[in-house]
Amino acid sequence: MTLELSARDQSMLDGEQGPSSAAAMKILVAFSNAIGATSLLDISAAHIDGCLYHGKAGLDFVERLVEGGGRVRVPTTLNVGSFDLIHPSMVKMPAAEEAPARRLMKAHLELGCQATFTCAPYQTRFRPGFGQQIAWGESNAIVFANSVIGARTNRYGDFIDLCCAMTERAPAWGLHLAENRRGRILFELDVADGVPSDSLFVGVGLIIGQASGDRIPVISGLPKPRDEDQLKALGAAAATTGAVALFHAVGITPEAGTLDEAFQGHAPEETIRVTRADIDQALSRLSGVPDGAPLSAVSLGTPHFSHDEWMRLLPLLREAAPGRGIPIYVNTGRATLARLQEEGALDGMEAFGLIPVADTCTYVTAILDRLDGVVMTNSGKWAHYAPGNIGVTVAFAEMRDCIRSAAVGHVVRGAS
Amino acid sequence: MTQSVAAFERAGSFQLAGAAEAEALVFSQPLSFWGGIDAETGEIIDHSHPGRGQNIAGKILVMPSGRGSSSSSSVLAETIRRSTAPAGILLERPDPILAVGAIVAEFLYDIHMPLVVCDIAGIVSGERIAIGIREDGGASVRRI
Repeated sequence: MTLELSARDQSMLDGEQGPSSAAAMKILVAFSNAIGATSLLDISAAHIDGCLYHGKAGLDFVERLVEGGGRVRVPTTLNVGSFDLIHPSMVKMPAAEEAPARRLMKAHLELGCQATFTCAPYQTRFRPGFGQQIAWGESNAIVFANSVIGARTNRYGDFIDLCCAMTERAPAWGLHLAENRRGRILFELDVADGVPSDSLFVGVGLIIGQASGDRIPVISGLPKPRDEDQLKALGAAAATTGAVALFHAVGITPEAGTLDEAFQGHAPEETIRVTRADIDQALSRLSGVPDGAPLSAVSLGTPHFSHDEWMRLLPLLREAAPGRGIPIYVNTGRATLARLQEEGALDGMEAFGLIPVADTCTYVTAILDRLDGVVMTNSGKWAHYAPGNIGVTVAFAEMRDCIRSAAVGHVVRGAS
Repeated sequence: MTQSVAAFERAGSFQLAGAAEAEALVFSQPLSFWGGIDAETGEIIDHSHPGRGQNIAGKILVMPSGRGSSSSSSVLAETIRRSTAPAGILLERPDPILAVGAIVAEFLYDIHMPLVVCDIAGIVSGERIAIGIREDGGASVRRI
């Protein structure tokens, strides 16, 4: 089996378009051979998950591409970094780590990437369209692009996402191809929710992530979401407990108008019934503490808060008016933050403990002042990773309960 | 590909070409470099892996396949940079994540850690394995 290259691919490989393009194409060819792709296809956008500093090799790679005069060839957004460049004093990092972490973010800009520094590039002006071929990194962004938008990407990661951006190419395989996007496993939801809560979507995500393996899940019976933020939460949770890169929700997502369309006329390989009790059980695993536990912080916005989510949060803050100085961290994209500031929407909100965080996320770097108490979140992804990443105890709850708890100083949930 | 153990020389294909000679460290279970290897030392730190506590540095690592997150590319490249990487890796099935890590390290540091896809049956930990480049560009794997 040989990989077929276009004349332009070959020209890049031969170094006729500079050493950085040559390196990117060489790596892309090796990757394509390893997965058994027989050709490459054009992509029109990329999202790079390369700005978190994990070691010198990652930085050396980007520096070498910069030295070789490398430039990305498609509009390319950047995922979060280790640093909040908008609020530099917020991240508590030793100087020896800060310099390379900052440099890594800046070096990507020198390659022509956009300074988005967000895990939710679909909330920026670079949002792709239905059917668009893209090469995205970052698990929640990948599942959102494929499932909610109907754009087409595989799960790209380390180095390869950037090689795709620098060559404008990706291997023609996996979810880039229509026939590989059909559902394989059916989750039949049996939940009678009048107005579905945010946590229902998180719970469904946790369950399909755990049970799907490498099969594309199809969900039937999912209540109509209020907005795409609920689907964002579902996808982020599914990509946390599993490797889900694409889900279909019948009657909701764009490639699943009907059950038959979602499965492209095939029968499901397996059918799993999901009840309210299953969802409650999955959600209960996200909370390490009982109600009443003292609260040290709230963290919202994983994935990064959308403008709509801010518009739901701000009235809750005014209503509950937390005044105990418990920090309420909200991770968001810098573009969303700039819009809110222009609108004056955040004026006076710091009195309630609100601390907006941009460019990074509270679980990938040292932001939280206190790690000793309980941190509340409405994010299934944050609840899953934060205990391991930064050593906190987490209580998962609806956003309203997070804010009420900040007002009273301890964990309260539901009607309590 | 020959199956004969007596005349132990088999052909393989390179995901990254290079030569190496070292002691084999064989696992029947795939190992994820990300979360599974301490890049500073080369020690296996994955609690769920039978090789936990052993060290991959300077060995010929033999396993059926790679496993897990794409971040393993970075970790492999970082171990190659720090000289805590295996001397070479033999896999039964090609692995895109490890291939990317190996090729990035070759690009950056000009270190050629051979990554070979071949029949790994019959290779046991502790025996010395030599990886060489054949005239046709393929890999030769020998017990010595």
